[in-house]
Amino acid sequence: MDTQRSPHTKVFIQRDFSEGIPVKFQTRYPPELEGRVDRATYESTINTINEMFAEAESTGSRTYCESCFACLTAYLALMCMDTFYEKTLKKVRRYLEEQNQRIYMSRGVMIIDPAERGLRILEIDISSIDTPQR
Amino acid sequence: MRDTSPYYTVVSTTVSQVTGDGNDNQEVQIKMAKSVRRWEVFPGKNKFYCNGRIMMARQAGVFYLTCALIIITSGLFFAFDCVYLAQNVTPAIPAIGGALFIFVMATLLRTSFSDPGVIPRASAEEAAEMERQNEVANPNSPGTYRPPPRTKEVVIKGQVIKLKYCFTCKIFRPPRASHCSLCDNCVERFDHHCPWVGNCVGRRNYRYFYLFILSLSLLCIYIFACVLTNLILRAQDDNFLTAMKDSPASVIEALVCFFSIWSVVGLAGFHSYLTASELTTNEDIKGTFTAKRGQDNFNPFSKGSLLKNCLGVLCGPNPPSLLDRRGMVVPEPEPVSHVSVVQAEKDANAVSAHHEYYGSTQKTNNMGTNTVADRSVVVVNEESSPKKRDMISYQSPDGSINNKVPSVNGSGVIPAQNCIGKKNHIWDMTLNQLDYLGHRVNIYPASHGSVNYYRDPQEAPTRGELYVHSAGYPRSDDHQKYVLSRGVSADFPSVNY
Repeated sequence: MDTQRSPHTKVFIQRDFSEGIPVKFQTRYPPELEGRVDRATYESTINTINEMFAEAESTGSRTYCESCFACLTAYLALMCMDTFYEKTLKKVRRYLEEQNQRIYMSRGVMIIDPAERGLRILEIDISSIDTPQR
Repeated sequence: MRDTSPYYTVVSTTVSQVTGDGNDNQEVQIKMAKSVRRWEVFPGKNKFYCNGRIMMARQAGVFYLTCALIIITSGLFFAFDCVYLAQNVTPAIPAIGGALFIFVMATLLRTSFSDPGVIPRASAEEAAEMERQNEVANPNSPGTYRPPPRTKEVVIKGQVIKLKYCFTCKIFRPPRASHCSLCDNCVERFDHHCPWVGNCVGRRNYRYFYLFILSLSLLCIYIFACVLTNLILRAQDDNFLTAMKDSPASVIEALVCFFSIWSVVGLAGFHSYLTASELTTNEDIKGTFTAKRGQDNFNPFSKGSLLKNCLGVLCGPNPPSLLDRRGMVVPEPEPVSHVSVVQAEKDANAVSAHHEYYGSTQKTNNMGTNTVADRSVVVVNEESSPKKRDMISYQSPDGSINNKVPSVNGSGVIPAQNCIGKKNHIWDMTLNQLDYLGHRVNIYPASHGSVNYYRDPQEAPTRGELYVHSAGYPRSDDHQKYVLSRGVSADFPSVNY
């Protein structure tokens, strides 16, 4: 329970609505990360997440087929299968877990899965102690 | 004034982030062992069934009427008319009717029982951060608190969209979202609250809703046509009156269908128009994208062509529910851990929303109105480690613990006097006493809409950092931290009386 004593800074990355409702996070580099994570690493992470969401939100042949199939079964099929979007959410979660393990945790930074915050924001926790938390 | 008084910490119990004390953690753990699911502490006005799988609005009386009308009418149709028609015309009639009926019911239930696209409310931390950013963006009054601007503007495809701040959900609503007053939720791509389906219609269930009214209008027309056919065929053998006497059910069906066709078909037509132009009912009624005087106004969400818009609505991606209704509540710094706590939190939200809405410029007198603070604020002596119950524990000056709010009368400011010369006692504190204390030591320099005081070892330092500077108070002591919900925090090693 020592972590309770260590003060955390939380950075909230807001959604970027410039292209409409689809989920997209702002790619601006938060100054709080200065000295911990370099700009290129951070931006590549954010861009990867954004690409994953863009794919899920796009109306490609995959979503068309899925929706038509669900419609033909009177949407009963949706009860027993994961939609493409849900698979994407799992993919984002796995990706962020991997990134946290590989890069961010050792630098005292943790990116919280945006699904935990309702896809409204991307929360980044920065620990003020420099020791890795692993 | 003697400096004998111990350190006082103002503790709120509306946010149940109980940390820093072993006993408290255990208490929470025991509570959590009962495994509370998130839907049980959901702050909106919704009903949940099947352990959170089904989500509806609270008033669903009209929904049952809709179900009853559809089921009874179709039942009569299958029981009486279909038998005759299958024998005399073709057995395809009940088959088609059956398929239509199943589709109607499936889409209706899906519309009613699914999450319409509720946006989860912001956590306390997130809301505070948002407030801070707003204040930074509005730095013309450094010392005093000024209600920050409550709108944000974003540009979508060259069209400026205003994002309004939702005081209940503590978020800036995304474009096209709106707060449903009946369900008390912000809903993405909010269309309308439909009492007939007993749910909001939003981003996640608009497709099902549209298909429901489309198929229902087809079913209505189909049943009406079949019933007329039935009556006419029967009337060929005899006259029309005896035909009606022969099958009285047909008459009832014909009447129900005749009266509902107009509204249902009209609604289906209206929603077809909305679908084709990628609008919501909300936007259409408000005229959000209609051209105003001298202004070019267009719908930035339209995909360009009618067909593309229809396909986008009917076959677009299926956004998942963001609520995680069946997830377990974890004792985290999220204000969701116990039903009653959340209820209190809700009240607090309501009250603070009220205050903020009417713009608190200087100290508002909260006496009498802010009952939440009265109920939930308890002042604890620092030396005897804070006994924080789940909700409220009041300890009277002589040390006995009771659950009732001790009488305010006669103790307005007296506790402060009581504590002179006494050590190590805990007393409760109602709001006016807090006010009193606040002014004595000037912990809140400016207004404070709602008064939630909490001391949380995890949160306090962050907030301290955030707000101490803006409020102009130096940080001196690490474990004495007074954090106010308005974001003003101050440290003082001892309080003198």
